[in-house]
Amino acid sequence: MTALLKVDQVDTFIDQFHILQNVSFDVQPGEVTVLLGRNGAGKTTTLRTIMGLNSAKSGSVMYKGEEITKLPAYQIARKGIGYVPEDQGIFGDLTVGENMRVAMQKEDDATKERMEWVLNLFPDLKTFWNKAGGQLSGGQKQMLSIARAYLNENELLLIDEPSKGLAPIIVEKVMDSIQQMKEKTTIVLVEQNFYMASQIGDTFYILDDGTTVHSGSMDELKTNEELKKKYLGIA
Amino acid sequence: MDIIFTLTLNGLAIGMLFFLLAAGLTLVFGLMDVLNFAHGGLFVWGAYTGLWVYSLSSNFWIGVLGAIVAGLLIGAITELFIIKPVYGNHVQQILITLGFLLVLSELIKVVFGADIKAVQPPSYLDGNFALGDLTIIKYRLFLIVMGLFVFILTTYILKKTRIGLIVRAGVINKEMVQALGINIRLVFMAVFMVGSAMAALGGFLFVNYSGTAFPELGIEYGIFAFIVVVIGGMGSFSGSLLAAILVGLAQVYFQYYLPSLAIAVNMILMTAVLLLRPQGLFTTRGVSTK
Repeated sequence: MTALLKVDQVDTFIDQFHILQNVSFDVQPGEVTVLLGRNGAGKTTTLRTIMGLNSAKSGSVMYKGEEITKLPAYQIARKGIGYVPEDQGIFGDLTVGENMRVAMQKEDDATKERMEWVLNLFPDLKTFWNKAGGQLSGGQKQMLSIARAYLNENELLLIDEPSKGLAPIIVEKVMDSIQQMKEKTTIVLVEQNFYMASQIGDTFYILDDGTTVHSGSMDELKTNEELKKKYLGIA
Repeated sequence: MDIIFTLTLNGLAIGMLFFLLAAGLTLVFGLMDVLNFAHGGLFVWGAYTGLWVYSLSSNFWIGVLGAIVAGLLIGAITELFIIKPVYGNHVQQILITLGFLLVLSELIKVVFGADIKAVQPPSYLDGNFALGDLTIIKYRLFLIVMGLFVFILTTYILKKTRIGLIVRAGVINKEMVQALGINIRLVFMAVFMVGSAMAALGGFLFVNYSGTAFPELGIEYGIFAFIVVVIGGMGSFSGSLLAAILVGLAQVYFQYYLPSLAIAVNMILMTAVLLLRPQGLFTTRGVSTK
């Protein structure tokens, strides 16, 4: 199968720091690919590099067979890649409705349909439609961020640590929503919560010190105690 | 009572001129984090271009249009060639825009001559009329209406249109706006052009108010824009209106009652705000419509 996204030997620097060193992985269409690794392993930088928010010094990022490595972020987004950042990226002074409107690249029937679907998935957003984004709870902000990324015709969603800082009951809710989105789009998920990652993911890549060190199917990882202990700190 | 009314009307009129000058600056700072000291240059170019178009067409409103178009064009040139290379570096921004302010002022002399020009508003805006016991100067009333019109229109755009939402979102998180597929560079440029057009409009309206135009106008009055922006809160659009009115009223009242302090009053006001509330009186983090 042809990969939807191919990250090949990417090196990224932030200032003088060499963060990503030869990172490579493929994302197959329809799958949830999980990037795992300890704090500082380079997972967030990997997503930001794909999105064009950090520029790769060498290597290539191919999306649907097209080189996107040097494109600005807005062009990458328009090619159909949605991004949910670690800090959710909510526009705090704007209402929920305004946050959604900013994200809406088109106002066609397909977008309206997706809007309806995503509002049914996250009914809280409908309830708090006129509330400022900055006044939402952590879970609601996460829902808004995911909904915003899904709103356009994106074939790939990059989701960075959706469970971070959320109460367990909210994590369940977010996990359930990503499960439902999985039916409609391809996802690259960065997640520290191994339980969540293992429930959603199909394929995994482990990053360590800015390099991809292991990969395989999530089912394999679930039973590989040594790998989990060595790279993820799970006893 | 009559004098209070006259002073207040005059203060409001001057305040609206300061608002037009400062509004663009606050938009540009809020969205782009750019300190543009060349902003006064747009004020003087708007004044002269508007006057030139007005003299050719004999139509004040075409003069207004001329000033706005000049502001848009010079704004685009300034953003592309002066501001763009120094994004993210405040020291370089201050140096290059101060230099460009001098260039713009000198170019006025080259293009329009160095002489002071006498300016007369159109007859229908000249003179005064009586309202009961009160005498109202038509042009001052006109300035207040124009200032409010620009404020309401801009507030509407910022609050109700998608481009306005994008501008406000860009102030909060530029990176996220780009990640949503929006070319923030184009938004920057559009905001810079609109801000420049506001200053240019303010320049043309100002010379019709003061009765004279001279090449150093931008250098002399550009500083008021910064005073207003600092008092109102860097990036606060509504704050710039309220601060402009405050500065305008303070100026005319001090000129009348304490003329020896009139020159210093706005500086004193700004210093007091910086000491007591450095973020400005009406501040938010970015371009706020609040």
